[in-house]
Amino acid sequence: MSLDMFIQQFFNAITLGSLYGLIAIGYTMVYGILRLINFAHGDILMLGAYFVFFGTTTFCLPWGLAVVVAILAASATGILIDRIAYRPLREAPRISALISAIAVSFFIESLSVVLFTGLPRPVYQPEWLTTAFQIGSIRLLPLTLLVPAISFVLVMLLLWMVYHTKPGLAMRAISKDIETTRLLGVRVDRIIALTFGIGSALAAASGIMWALRYPQINPYMGIFPGFKAFIAAVLGGIGSIQGAMLGGLILGMLEIMAVAFLPSLSGFRDAFAFIVLLLVLFYKPTGIFGEHTEEKI
Amino acid sequence: MLNISDLHVHYGGIHAVQGVSLHIPRGQIVTLIGANGAGKSSIIRSISGLVKGAKGSIEFTPSNGSPIQLLGKRPEDMVRLGISMSPEGRRILPHLTVRENLLLGAYSRTDNAAIEEDIERVYTLFPRLRERHWQPGGTLSGGEQQMLAVGRALMCRPELIMLDEPSLGLAPLLVKEIFDIILRINRDGMTVLLVEQNALAALSIAHYAYVLEVGHVVMEAPGHELLTDPKVKAAYLGG
Repeated sequence: MSLDMFIQQFFNAITLGSLYGLIAIGYTMVYGILRLINFAHGDILMLGAYFVFFGTTTFCLPWGLAVVVAILAASATGILIDRIAYRPLREAPRISALISAIAVSFFIESLSVVLFTGLPRPVYQPEWLTTAFQIGSIRLLPLTLLVPAISFVLVMLLLWMVYHTKPGLAMRAISKDIETTRLLGVRVDRIIALTFGIGSALAAASGIMWALRYPQINPYMGIFPGFKAFIAAVLGGIGSIQGAMLGGLILGMLEIMAVAFLPSLSGFRDAFAFIVLLLVLFYKPTGIFGEHTEEKI
Repeated sequence: MLNISDLHVHYGGIHAVQGVSLHIPRGQIVTLIGANGAGKSSIIRSISGLVKGAKGSIEFTPSNGSPIQLLGKRPEDMVRLGISMSPEGRRILPHLTVRENLLLGAYSRTDNAAIEEDIERVYTLFPRLRERHWQPGGTLSGGEQQMLAVGRALMCRPELIMLDEPSLGLAPLLVKEIFDIILRINRDGMTVLLVEQNALAALSIAHYAYVLEVGHVVMEAPGHELLTDPKVKAAYLGG
């Protein structure tokens, strides 16, 4: 493989990886707080892409505005899912919420097939994002640079929120001891709603960028990115935001580079992530940034 | 200030608190003593709203208002009413710094300048916390964690502070240090509900004390009277 090819693939890998990372953050934040794997998270990604589609077609919104509306709507959907499907089960055994999560995921996918039909839809791509430009002998899409840049900015904003604001302090407290945090006056359900809102907004943002890269959307498009982002979250150490992003980047790099160097493996592309999951669970189940849960008595 | 009458708490099949009535006057230190499982923690947890299905009445009268029924209120409402708690086992958030733990104690407040002043006050009460203000709470010693738990409970500017087993697992010298601080906080006007297994320490500072046995109040009197009571001596003060 030539150096140019490598550089091009490198950018592809970072783009894919930062999308995995953005989605993974939603899994990791919800897991960190509720110890719940929110299986509906991948479907939020799909909804985000669809909301833009209907915003620009049915409602004739300009693309930029449609993106903003779609992210807000997806965020509200995430909060609604928590309110309806998870909050009533807060005191129930953890497995109940997990089952509820699987049900929500199937429900959203099936409802989307009914409402949007199962046919793949083409997505409008703003020209300025998808007109390739040339640096030396490397051809790149603006999108390929913009996706990692946007992801980076979003992650920095999120980290600032988590480490330097009051709701962020509450989130970090809840993740360790929900009862004590409540005793200190934190309205825990609001913080949890905020967490779902942020995670869903990030998922929608990545869904929209995903649809720009692979410009066809369908009601099941969230499933595989969802699985892979979940694996990225486990790889990075579930509960850790930095870990989720790093896990996403590693996974993206692995998938793109494996296929680039060994094209004969391209058919197994989706299997790499699951192999990674098995290896992580075998050798370091806490992931890269994972904490051992030690309790000082 | 706080009136509990005929409180009952059931956990599954266990009747942990069986019709307890307590009175906590403003400005006093009231203590509940008794063995493990006597129902002390259940009472304090009922006041905080952590026990679902507690029955009876818990009425709190804030300094500037009429009595409020606490049963049925949520734990997160308590600090806004003026009641805070240092829970059993201290429950310091181990990954947050000392300062962050204190800030969390002031979560219900928005007066940032005054919050900084109160952090300063806690550091004056417990100078060792100032030295460690940037350290994660989990790295503190047991005594320091207890100081932090008390300091954190003060951060919401409560009218009533409830301390659940503050002497648990601490060396006698540290127990004395903590109890001296409790006295000092009380002299500054704070009402204190103190739940303790260490009866000697608790009775020496309490204005009034209740002795609990298997869910019942079996004795009540001013703290210094119980200190010399032969039955209390035999059962709780080691003869």
